[in-house]
Amino acid sequence: MNISKIANLKFFFTKTKNLSKFLGYLTFFLMLGGIYWGLFVAPSDYLQGESYRIMYLHVPAAWLSLQVYMIMAFAGFISLVWKVKIMEIISIQCAPIGAYFTLIALVTGMVWGKPTWGTYWVWDARLTSELILLFLYIGIIALYSSFSDKRQAVKITSLLTIVGLVNIPIIHFSVEWWNTLHQGPSVTKFDQPSMHISMLLPLLYMFVVFNLYFVAVLIKRVQLGIYSREKKSKWMEEYLNG
Amino acid sequence: MKITQTNKNRMIKVLVFFFAITAFSSLLIYAFSKNMVYFYTPSQVINKEAPINKFIRIGGMVKIGSFKKLNDSLKVSFKIYDLNKEVNIKYEGILPDLFAEGQGVVMTGKLINENTFVANEVLAKHDENYMPPEVADMMKEKEGSIYKNDN
Repeated sequence: MNISKIANLKFFFTKTKNLSKFLGYLTFFLMLGGIYWGLFVAPSDYLQGESYRIMYLHVPAAWLSLQVYMIMAFAGFISLVWKVKIMEIISIQCAPIGAYFTLIALVTGMVWGKPTWGTYWVWDARLTSELILLFLYIGIIALYSSFSDKRQAVKITSLLTIVGLVNIPIIHFSVEWWNTLHQGPSVTKFDQPSMHISMLLPLLYMFVVFNLYFVAVLIKRVQLGIYSREKKSKWMEEYLNG
Repeated sequence: MKITQTNKNRMIKVLVFFFAITAFSSLLIYAFSKNMVYFYTPSQVINKEAPINKFIRIGGMVKIGSFKKLNDSLKVSFKIYDLNKEVNIKYEGILPDLFAEGQGVVMTGKLINENTFVANEVLAKHDENYMPPEVADMMKEKEGSIYKNDN
């Protein structure tokens, strides 16, 4: 049993080295294309003019901040129930990436809010719940680093992640449940998207690219996570020395 | 993955934990729901759900043709509406770029009587529609108005 688990980590560590590099370069070039598409090719908005273009960063980052949290919670759940090492590492390594996406979503939203709404920040349900998400991510990272036994740490952070999971539907539906300054969903609803196709396509493209970026960074982080856990093990020494 | 008895027990514990947390926070949110309203709508104001002479926020659409500017000052007045209810707004100050008749606004201020609101701050509320100007013009010609009122 134990051997198969270590073999699993070893398999991941040794086989994904080129994959993350390849995904990294791919993301970089696809991102350049997406930025060009969003900033230069897509038409300007009838009302906001050019300032709406920040959504090509804001919206994918906001979507990813929720998606990464759900992946983190799922991996945490698996690691709580089955004690799969690789899932423990995936769960905790999602946290910093999700925190970055949340921060990007908040900052780009503020930059957009000033010219559009007339203010950087309001305490409405959407903005507040997204800020709570950032604090959740930071709390999870802090909690994890306060334990010296990392397997024990993941147990605790997984539980905290599951506690915080209730915030995810709150963020998504906040604009429908309450009156908020933030507008309702344009894309993620059952109705037809309230966005012209020429603006929607680069947005969806950027979402795919952000996902690729997430996968590339996650693989790299998981490799580091495996290294820091297994650096004293025999296979790691053998692998690094030969 | 195999599901052994130990896995099953753990799974049940985690799920019970999750549902307890969810139930707890749902009740909490339900209890605080009134306070989580960021702004009142004109209908709520007319139905006397909003307190008078207290700092509150109200939001709605600026009625087309209601905007008036007093000469040589920043004093403006307009009406906001939702569905069929209207509230008069008085404001002195700079309006955000997106402020226009037919657009959504959210304001901080006080109600001085049942249907007059004195605003200290006016924020533009953007709706969820994004389109190029040409498309907006085409829709304007077709429907007379591009603004949907689905709320």
